Amino acid sequence: MKMLLKRYKYFLVLLVINIVVYDLYPSVGQKSIDITWSNAVEMLSVIPPIFILLGLLDVWVQREIMIKLMGEKSGILGVLIAFFLGSAAAGPLYAAFPIAGVLLQKGSKFSNVLIFIGAWSTTKIPMLLFEASSMGWKFMVTRFVIDIPGIMLIAYITEKLLNEREKQYIYEQASFK
Amino acid sequence: MFTFLMYIVAFSFLVLSFIKDKKKTFLALKKAWNSFENILPQLLSILVIIGIMLAILRPEVISSLIGEKSGWLGMLMASLIGSITLIPGFVAFPLASALLKSGAGFMQIAVFISTLMMVGIVTIPLEIKYFGKKAAILRNSLAFVFSFIVAIAIGVALR
Repeated sequence: MKMLLKRYKYFLVLLVINIVVYDLYPSVGQKSIDITWSNAVEMLSVIPPIFILLGLLDVWVQREIMIKLMGEKSGILGVLIAFFLGSAAAGPLYAAFPIAGVLLQKGSKFSNVLIFIGAWSTTKIPMLLFEASSMGWKFMVTRFVIDIPGIMLIAYITEKLLNEREKQYIYEQASFK
Repeated sequence: MFTFLMYIVAFSFLVLSFIKDKKKTFLALKKAWNSFENILPQLLSILVIIGIMLAILRPEVISSLIGEKSGWLGMLMASLIGSITLIPGFVAFPLASALLKSGAGFMQIAVFISTLMMVGIVTIPLEIKYFGKKAAILRNSLAFVFSFIVAIAIGVALR
């Protein structure tokens, strides 16, 4: 019980803040509760298939295979798979981090995992279609074309700026989950 | 629609897995639940923060902040709002297109959308949990800078 309280302390503090806001500014507080509720419902509808796939990936795909596909020596194949995995997904960015954790744990190259995160955040296929319909094709295509090298650049620079010890720590952390 | 597709894919693999190996399938489901439960405290916190934030930063407030100011100051403003808020795409794009109609520039909108998607201040505690402090901060900072490059590209392409 105490553990549970400790784990959820930030959430509880935020709930109290929300209640205080509701007390002081009922309209803002009410709106905030409405938004939180509708986001929670959305989250619960999007998240189950993502985590089921994550679990299956964890159990069925062997580390050796993952290293071959996305590991240190996977080259262009690893980059392409990272882009594909990220773009084919649906769901908010925070759902991508647990998957990134499993990819790391299975021995994927760190830059490939960052490419996966980058693709998930910006080049998701359903989102691109929606972007084209509301912002126009030119806007969407321009952004898409510059995002591809951008995502790779961010991934490589981030990896380059980490030293071996820091990278090793990330992999160790991932294997605990 | 796409979520529905994800359900079909996940369910098909689950059935396939169950046929091949019951034990492994239950293990997979257990792992799925554990990794969900592992991030649940952060997820719930994120949801409440987004709720409070969006209740204050309503679309009208965002448009008054981004819409009026132009130039580099407007872009800076747009990038800051984009970095701290977390709006799902299906709300963000109509908002962006409405902002354009009410007079915001393409570059401001581009930097807003790009930071909105790539930079996540609210989700950074969760990101740190998986990538560590340094990598998470690096990724977000680089994405922030990159968003301005996207904006310049959009500004040139849509002139």
